[in-house]
Amino acid sequence: MEATERTTYGILAQFDGPDKLIEAAAKMRDKGFKQWDVHSPYPIHGMDGAMGEERSRLGLMVAAMALLGGLGILYFTYWTSAVDYRFIISGKPYFSYIAYIPIFFAVCVLLSAFTAVFGMLGLVNSKFHHPVFYSDNFAKVTDDGFFVSVLAEDPSFDKVQTKTFLEEIGGTNVEYLEGDD
Amino acid sequence: MLGNPGLHDVTETIAGLAERKETPIWWWVAMGISTPIAIMLLAVVGYLIWNGIGVWGVNNPVGWGWAIVNFVWWVGIGHAGTLISAILHLLRQKWRTSINRFAEAMTLFAVMCAGLFPAIHVGRIWVIYYMFPLPNQMAMWPNWRSPLLWDMFAVGTYFTVSLLFWYTGLIPDLATLRDRAKNLTRKKIFGALSLGWRGGNRQWKHYELAYLILAGISTPLVLSVHSVVSTDFATSILPGWHTTIFPPYFVAGAIFSGFAMVITLAILARIVMPETKNYITMDHLEKMAKVIMVTGLMVGYAYSTEFFIAWYSAWEYERFAFINRAFGPFAWAYWIMITCNVLTPQIFWFKKMRQSVVVLFIASIFVNIGMWFERFVIVMTLHRDYLPSSWGYYTPTWVDIATYIGTFGLFFTLFLLFLRFVPIIAIAEVKAVLPHAQPHGHH
Repeated sequence: MEATERTTYGILAQFDGPDKLIEAAAKMRDKGFKQWDVHSPYPIHGMDGAMGEERSRLGLMVAAMALLGGLGILYFTYWTSAVDYRFIISGKPYFSYIAYIPIFFAVCVLLSAFTAVFGMLGLVNSKFHHPVFYSDNFAKVTDDGFFVSVLAEDPSFDKVQTKTFLEEIGGTNVEYLEGDD
Repeated sequence: MLGNPGLHDVTETIAGLAERKETPIWWWVAMGISTPIAIMLLAVVGYLIWNGIGVWGVNNPVGWGWAIVNFVWWVGIGHAGTLISAILHLLRQKWRTSINRFAEAMTLFAVMCAGLFPAIHVGRIWVIYYMFPLPNQMAMWPNWRSPLLWDMFAVGTYFTVSLLFWYTGLIPDLATLRDRAKNLTRKKIFGALSLGWRGGNRQWKHYELAYLILAGISTPLVLSVHSVVSTDFATSILPGWHTTIFPPYFVAGAIFSGFAMVITLAILARIVMPETKNYITMDHLEKMAKVIMVTGLMVGYAYSTEFFIAWYSAWEYERFAFINRAFGPFAWAYWIMITCNVLTPQIFWFKKMRQSVVVLFIASIFVNIGMWFERFVIVMTLHRDYLPSSWGYYTPTWVDIATYIGTFGLFFTLFLLFLRFVPIIAIAEVKAVLPHAQPHGHH
């Protein structure tokens, strides 16, 4: 089989520990990169600030879904017990909303949890096939490796200059993320 | 953390346990005991469904027997896992990172065992879908005013949220197993399970918030679940059950028994997997012993409050219910409860006792026996109500006993599978609290 042209999808650089990584992140931010990320085995405090990241929107999503779920189940319990299938039990009103609070609460919690988890999975943009996985060295990210990755889609990406910049700010094992598919 | 491990040491130790090529002997022995018992559970449940709940010891006047005792007991045990993972997370108790993963696993398996009992106790299990608000051929809807329905929603939600919480915590660690996988099958399995996790900060920021939200909603959830369980009793008009103390009293009891079970399992894990001793330290066991002592005092306080209120109510039936509890036909159960739940935890006033593995292990078993008897004592309130002509006694049948023992088989089979194949300590979380893990100037 003939070797095909390998496309460069980005550059990956390794850094020595959380201190170096957070310094590098601030420099990347100041340089004006957009399509980049830092990778670490665990969350690093203060990294959002160093990267210039905004707060996650997840909280709003969860609040909205909890409200929607709460109103939904309130209406549903009302409709089933006071409209569609009315019956009196222990002398309570058809719509005994106080007795429905445990159900209301459970549904709010359930919807919040689903939104928190599946919303998070949506927001983190996880892909089984991401350019960083072209690097063999990247396997260290879940062990003890700290990395900065820049994608080629970034407007200020330049194959030579970006690589030099990553080396200047202290990156080691700087490598191109290349694949032939 | 003992031994001052580095990032790589943490990965090696914990992931290494899940990646062992040779399955240790103790695992096969334990599996060899628990699996047949789990299969026996399947058989007795089949027997029960075939014959109906007449095979249990329940009858008039005691219409609730071991099934609800076991249900409340297992749910209660589960609560410690959520307490450790959620409430201690909100309180920023860093020591929880070593024990939260397996406490959460314990929660899941305990809730599975618990959920079995309400499911099989309904008699006609093939129409159990009536419990769900589904449109059906009779154009009926569930009665939302019933605590039994609240229970179904509470426990169902609890299991689902616990599972989501557990899995969310596992994602980065499954990615660790993916990156360490030596063969293609493991790579594919853990690659799929870790959902393409790449440890990016743009991922961590959403991940951490999701984790915080889950902790935030699990905290009121865990308190509400056992409160709702207690309303199964408290909304009835039976003397001895119809009290407002039930929700907090049940929650304290749940935490009490759950922490005892965590201690039991942690000590066993330390014995069979000595590698974990640097992570699950004596300090952890001691802290949990303190929680047991505090909640044990709460439970003891609740017992005495019940008696005080019975006396203070000046209502003869209420008074009788409690005097009968302590000195009636089921007095033996009552005093087992008092011995195990009120007297046993008092030994933890002494540091020496909190630091002795043997004492901790025996005390934790005692607490769980005591908490089983607490629920038994409460349910047995049924045996003597207003009319002496309808008094009776309750004796379990062999099916009751076999079902209860069977749930241990199910619990330990699942727990052993967990110990063998999943990182039993949260790798990413432990790393984040190591001494040099965070940059200087940031905390």
